[in-house]
Amino acid sequence: MSEAVDERRVPSFRRGSKFRFDAVRDAWVVLAPERLFMPDEHAVEILKLVDGVRTLGDITDDLCTRYDAPRDLVLTDVAAMLDDLAEKGVIAW
Amino acid sequence: MVTGPDAPMSLLLELTHRCPLQCPYCSNPLKLERAGEELATRDWIAVLDQAAALGVLQVHFSGGEPMARADLVDLVGHAARLGLYGNLITSAVLLNERSLAALADAGLDHVQISFQDSDAAGADRIGNHAGAHSKKLAAARLVRESGLALTLNFVVHRHNIARVPEMIALGETFGAGRVEIANVQYYGWGLLNRAALLPTRAELDSCTEAVFAARARLRANMVIDYVVPDYYAREPKGCMSGWGRRFINISPTGRALPCHAAETLPGFDWPSVRGATLSDIWYRSEAFARYRGVAWMPEPCRTCDRREIDWGGCRCQAFALTGDAGRTDPACHLSPDHAIMAAAAREADAPAPDFVYRRIGADAAMVRA
Repeated sequence: MSEAVDERRVPSFRRGSKFRFDAVRDAWVVLAPERLFMPDEHAVEILKLVDGVRTLGDITDDLCTRYDAPRDLVLTDVAAMLDDLAEKGVIAW
Repeated sequence: MVTGPDAPMSLLLELTHRCPLQCPYCSNPLKLERAGEELATRDWIAVLDQAAALGVLQVHFSGGEPMARADLVDLVGHAARLGLYGNLITSAVLLNERSLAALADAGLDHVQISFQDSDAAGADRIGNHAGAHSKKLAAARLVRESGLALTLNFVVHRHNIARVPEMIALGETFGAGRVEIANVQYYGWGLLNRAALLPTRAELDSCTEAVFAARARLRANMVIDYVVPDYYAREPKGCMSGWGRRFINISPTGRALPCHAAETLPGFDWPSVRGATLSDIWYRSEAFARYRGVAWMPEPCRTCDRREIDWGGCRCQAFALTGDAGRTDPACHLSPDHAIMAAAAREADAPAPDFVYRRIGADAAMVRA
């Protein structure tokens, strides 16, 4: 790992961003100003844990109890995915 | 197995063509629809119900000026109850504390305010409306205080393109999550005023540099969307992400269109929500099927690697510039008609003529004169 990830950061959906289930497509969608994303199933599991309260560390712990993967790898993946959505205006840290 | 098109994602409602501003690049058609012909509230409600059932996810309340409709709050509220993402595209000159609070309470998700410039005199000249810019500044402040998500949309052209850094700074002042720097798209009113609006290549290059520098500086603090004029592009834009692929536009009188400019195309029998359901329009109308997918494409599109990226570019532009809506968009460097773009771009070197302002009947007056 190159640099340490700050696990205490708390992600939340920005006002104007919505994460909801679409019954017509049978899929989760992220809606934001002039943006629409169809997250893959890993991203969906992460986003379901984004509530403005859980820290990055909490989210990682939760996922580690369900998936058999090394914690530092999960942490890096989760942080990268949420950082990407932050740059797209969906997530605020 | 034969499969039909995917469900549409986005619906734009031109609730009215009435507007206090007269911008000479308005995206509304030259032939504006009159207030007495507009759909009634119950018609728009039915459109929203059908859209949600069809799989639409985002609804854009637009116009004209959508706030000129007395039933806007009811429509926004109905869309929110259906789970649709509600976006208001407004000039904001009619927005005040009370109307904003009503929209926010109704469940509106996002407000996009159009700005004509960062400079008041330049802005008011484009809108042909004294005092409009200061009203917009006040409205943007109200949206910011309400906490609603805010986009500032700047339409740029030769008269304001040098002020793109100031426009982005204005977005920062208002804490906008998103700023759109959109060069004029040259259809309808914009095409009529092209010689008065199109910037030079050098002006566009400075603008592009300013946008990229701001993006690098602001990163996650602000999304900056950037739209260039097709006249200086190498590849065409993937117009509407493809004809009849994601998007439905409804005109004030209920005509359903694959894009807001599609009525410029001749030889179509546009379906109306007065006589057909959105589902029939999307899945069964000839108009939405005509340029859908890749089967209609001529060469060089048909065998191009980018055919499912740019979808042949824009049908309205192909028609406006070549007279044939079924040709490759001349914006593409591979189009046999590409030289049209360079010839038109030379207009930008000449002095700018006066604007033909967007008014009912202004296009006809222009033709007579």
